[in-house]
Amino acid sequence: MTFYSKILGAASGLAIACTGMAAQAETLFWSTQAKPVEEAQAMREQVLGGFEAGVDYQPNDGGPWLTRLNAELQAGSGTIGVLGALHGDFSAMNPDDLVDLSDMGVMSASGTFNDLAKLGTDSMQYIPWMQASYIMAANKDALQYLPDGADINALTYDQLIQWAANAHEAAGEPKFGFPAGPKGLKHRFFQGYLYPSYTNGVVRTFASDEAVGAWEAFRKLWEHTNPASTNFSFMQEQLLSGDAWIVFDHTSRLAQAFNERPDDFVAFPAPAGPTGRGFMPVLAGVAIPKTAPDMDAAKSLVEYMLKPETQIATLRATNFFPVVDVALPEDLPPSVKAAGDAVAKMSGSADANPGLLPAGLGDKGGDFNRVFVDSFERIVLAGQDIRMVLDDQKGKLAAIMEETGAPCWAPDAPSEGACPVE
Amino acid sequence: MNARVLPYVLILPVTLFLCLFFLYPFLLVSKQAFSTGSGFTLDNFREVTSYWKFPTTLRNTFLLAAAVVPVQLALALLMATMVNKMQKGRDLILYVWTIPLGISDLAAGIIWLAIFEQSGFLNSMMNGLGIVDKPVNLLTFQNPGLVFLAIALAEIWRATAIMLVILVAGIGLIPKEYYEAAEVFGASPWKRFTRITLPLLRPSLQTALVLRVILAFEIFAVVAALGGTLFPVLMGETYAYQFDLLNSGAAAAMALIILAISIGFTLIILRLLRVPKGATI
Amino acid sequence: MTSVTTDVAAPDARKAGKFVYVTAVVLLCAWVLVPIYFLLINTLSSPDTVNSFPKPFWPEFDLGSLTFFAGFAGMLTALKNSILVAGMTMIMSIVIGAPAGYALSRFDFRGKELFRLLILLTRAFPLPLLALPLAVMFIQTGLDDTVFGLALVHTTLAIPFAVLITFSLFSGIPIELEEAAWTLGCTRLTAFTKVVLPLILPGITASAIFAFVISWNEVFAAAVLTIENRTLTAFLLQNLDTSPLHLKFAGGFILVVPALIFIFAVRKYLFAMWGIANR
Repeated sequence: MTFYSKILGAASGLAIACTGMAAQAETLFWSTQAKPVEEAQAMREQVLGGFEAGVDYQPNDGGPWLTRLNAELQAGSGTIGVLGALHGDFSAMNPDDLVDLSDMGVMSASGTFNDLAKLGTDSMQYIPWMQASYIMAANKDALQYLPDGADINALTYDQLIQWAANAHEAAGEPKFGFPAGPKGLKHRFFQGYLYPSYTNGVVRTFASDEAVGAWEAFRKLWEHTNPASTNFSFMQEQLLSGDAWIVFDHTSRLAQAFNERPDDFVAFPAPAGPTGRGFMPVLAGVAIPKTAPDMDAAKSLVEYMLKPETQIATLRATNFFPVVDVALPEDLPPSVKAAGDAVAKMSGSADANPGLLPAGLGDKGGDFNRVFVDSFERIVLAGQDIRMVLDDQKGKLAAIMEETGAPCWAPDAPSEGACPVE
Repeated sequence: MNARVLPYVLILPVTLFLCLFFLYPFLLVSKQAFSTGSGFTLDNFREVTSYWKFPTTLRNTFLLAAAVVPVQLALALLMATMVNKMQKGRDLILYVWTIPLGISDLAAGIIWLAIFEQSGFLNSMMNGLGIVDKPVNLLTFQNPGLVFLAIALAEIWRATAIMLVILVAGIGLIPKEYYEAAEVFGASPWKRFTRITLPLLRPSLQTALVLRVILAFEIFAVVAALGGTLFPVLMGETYAYQFDLLNSGAAAAMALIILAISIGFTLIILRLLRVPKGATI
Repeated sequence: MTSVTTDVAAPDARKAGKFVYVTAVVLLCAWVLVPIYFLLINTLSSPDTVNSFPKPFWPEFDLGSLTFFAGFAGMLTALKNSILVAGMTMIMSIVIGAPAGYALSRFDFRGKELFRLLILLTRAFPLPLLALPLAVMFIQTGLDDTVFGLALVHTTLAIPFAVLITFSLFSGIPIELEEAAWTLGCTRLTAFTKVVLPLILPGITASAIFAFVISWNEVFAAAVLTIENRTLTAFLLQNLDTSPLHLKFAGGFILVVPALIFIFAVRKYLFAMWGIANR
């Protein structure tokens, strides 16, 4: 008798749990961005609080994010309303799984971004949401070691190496910091900064003689790099602790340093090489999976994310900049000001050589990154011969390009069909 | 109920449960390891084993297991015997020793990184004692030995308690008379340990070792926190295939390789520490 | 002569032995506690101190980081969900697992080795790879996003522990003991409940501890399979490694505390040494 009633109780409990799920009214915003607990909290309170229908903002690691999304797509029904992720995450997806957003009436102010968001189709697969970039930052105490005649806002790689060497000598230990840890974004440095600056290309020039020069330069820089860099993923930590004085990283991964001690650090553009000052953007977008439970609510959330006020609130919360035309207010956090200035100087410099995000790689984006990370590990960490490693890795890169048929992107010269590795 | 049917009735719930929530998804995933789109193939296995880092990951995983598990076994045995003969404060001491059990591997990685990093607690301590005049960089690619040591220490700290709890529960079942009799005959504590405790503890030893070895081959979070990219292990590569390279076939192949290794070692342990059906007095 | 010297030496040796013993216990306690203490220091430090060098060895009792989490929306619900899931996992894994442990220790039956292998397989395959087919199944059956559904997955993880631990303890109990009870008029069932069950209470406790902490610390399945009903771990831990240092430590600390309270509550049953050991 009691056993029976227990089962009954359990069953009704289950029923309540199920109806609780069915009655869900808030739109689920399933995101890989704004993950750090403080940013997530700011997203919920300051950015999404104004959306009247209610949003459940859930940031996740890439693994659970993708697993859940794929499960919902396979099951044919789901709870995710809106997806927030990087361009690379979306380009790995099957365009059929995303709702066509062309008739939304909102888009970013940048034609390039809007084209990227089509993912090689004719329609908008996602809407550009926010952007960022990678910059350099340094402790102000390190400025005294700048080589003579060097302008911090127009550094060359040679000057950076000399600077790092001077700091190394003065401190008695290497003080350049590089995010080569497991979650570090080192591959972006090679793809968007080192290669464009030395070879004016990424894919075509992968194994060129200029590329050998680029890796030689990086090896020299590495001599003055904190050897614990293989553990670093967020350079703000090492800036704050003093383990590194001069660093390269994503703007939002430097933010905490500037916000906690705004007077101690300075942000500046990435250095220039023989073929200009290479740099690349970071682009995040919002999309709607075809399994979204409430299409109208999801679409109005996407519209809401693109509103100028929301974009500015997002900037404050995440250190990602707006993608729509909007006048920035004066009272921005120190991190935003520092990063914004550095990016503006970088893109406004006479020798700017802006790169684009890899496009057309589909789900091979990870393999593409691995080519660069493996090259780094073999050349710099394992000390293998540069020419040999590049010739070896070249085959893998060529295979990826042929398999995906991805055409060249800037700064590589345009190609007919798949981008060739020369 | 007769003795022929009873065992099957007893294992039925587990079997049904595992078929539904483990075997079914497991078979679906394993199928991916043997296909790359069309028909049966071993390409995925070829791909993962020919990757240049594979021998390193395999070696690292083995080395770590070989270094960590024996130490943990010895330490857990020592702690279990010590706590067993304690007269007072026994459960408090035991509690303290089982604390790491409650700490997830991710959190353990965070804690030990705070100790070993350049501006961490270990350097602060050495600095305070005047051993070093400025923080030394411990976890770098120039001292792979130190990185290995740090990972091994963190792992020993975190996961010894798993064995300890199993052994403590088992040691409690050994009749005290055996020890009393041995003492009467003048057996030394070491003799008592090797002649009574070890043989009678065999079932628990077996279980503790098997579970620990399987978990040792799946080590990941602590290694990632302390070793960064310097110390790749099998499980880290599996996750990289699944979530960075989006190649679930290759990830499944890696997981099956880990599984095969685990099963191999398990069978060896089961053979070495064979447990008779129901101990006899 | 010799007998005299041994007589004198014996208390000394005993004293020395005792000293070594106590020192070892203290050292082992320190080995476990010091890292936890560092976690506590960092939890109770201001962001500045967490990043400073040298590190302090005394907490400054700055509650900033903890207060941040106190204001974090949904913490209490997540805590409740975590406890519910861990509790269900504990009960299910023991109720389902212990009979199998008994069967493994007492009977030889066809397929025993195969069964044992199945149990071990469960632990030797990484859950994150299984999560996709499981999630599809759960979405289709309506188990998705329920505390019960997640508990089912966690039970799968905890069952090998429950089966193997109870197996090893049943194996340590002489079968003669049960047989004696049968001859004294007990049925198989009453012999089991009156004689065997009390003896393996430590084993049940050990399994319970494992089930609880496995469920408590599991992140991946929790992150994938719960949305509205997030557990504390899925809520906090998976975003910790990208968070600023001081919040990393505070979040880690918050996660550790409930698990420690649980272990503290059940610790003494690990030593339920009645019956056989005290005959």
